[in-house]
Amino acid sequence: MPRFVRYLAPLVAFIALAGLLYKGLSLDPRRVPSPLIDKPAPAFSLPLLQQPETLISNADFKGQVTMFNVWATWCVACRQEHPLLMQLAKQGVRIYGLNYKDERDAAKRWLQMYGDPYLANAFDAEGRTGIDWGVYGTPETFLVDRQGVIRHKHIGPLTTESLKSEILPLLRKLQESDG
Amino acid sequence: MKWLRLLYTAVLMVGCVSAMAAGLEAFDFSGNVDENRYKHLIIELRCLVCQNQSLADSDAGLAHDLRREVWELMDQGQSDTQIIEFLVTRYGDFVLYNPPVKPSTYILWYGPFVLLAIGLLVLLRTLKRRGSQTESGFSAEEQERLKQVLGAKKPDRK
Repeated sequence: MPRFVRYLAPLVAFIALAGLLYKGLSLDPRRVPSPLIDKPAPAFSLPLLQQPETLISNADFKGQVTMFNVWATWCVACRQEHPLLMQLAKQGVRIYGLNYKDERDAAKRWLQMYGDPYLANAFDAEGRTGIDWGVYGTPETFLVDRQGVIRHKHIGPLTTESLKSEILPLLRKLQESDG
Repeated sequence: MKWLRLLYTAVLMVGCVSAMAAGLEAFDFSGNVDENRYKHLIIELRCLVCQNQSLADSDAGLAHDLRREVWELMDQGQSDTQIIEFLVTRYGDFVLYNPPVKPSTYILWYGPFVLLAIGLLVLLRTLKRRGSQTESGFSAEEQERLKQVLGAKKPDRK
């Protein structure tokens, strides 16, 4: 082995390790990648928030690109992203809500007070549908394509940046792809 | 937007109250569910809200729900493997404190042994080189002379 290789090898190894660790610094451990991406949306059947006698299921999403937003009145960050949901709804995005471990009256009041961006809300009092969807930190937002397959999961409140950089482009792409 | 993230983190942390204060739910262990098996399983599983706590330790709402889920699945007679699979399909390998052995985790499981092997190889090579250097450093003639010199010195001391 030539001498310079012997001396360079540790340097190269060090740089590689430093690069790896540096990458690790920029990763947010709170963002746990969901194993559900590109899998069919977990089935559920829940009463509607507004009409408890009517059921809503994941079959209602089919045929259209759908945004599925997990929220609750006890969730501070949900209040924060709410204006953005209102904007999206105005732009014609189909948003369904999963009202997660909440109280019915409080949730209804919230929608009256701040506006209702949702086509409908599933009422998940015990959070079991939440578990099936791998929910661990509200708010969470899923994008479901026409075939009912989950294409994206956003953990935490939506922001103008996240909409611009990830969600809206993907939404457009999903809407353009037919069938 | 930094403050937004901070606030969000703070809100998540509120759920992370110590388990000392929490105590576990009073599940009924007189039926199908073996308490030891249950306790064993929930310390193997990570709470996703308070990521450095196990399901057994955490008082977050989600941890309560997941403990209930684990208990119910046990009650239905599911095996540990089935229950772990139930959680992994929903939350990913991250719920496991003990990461599974698969191609993406090979470096984690086998990396240290590879490093150890490299270290041993380097050590062996170095030792070998050192050994052969002393041998080849002196020719047979020189070694003979060396013995003479060393041997000759001994009687001188007396």
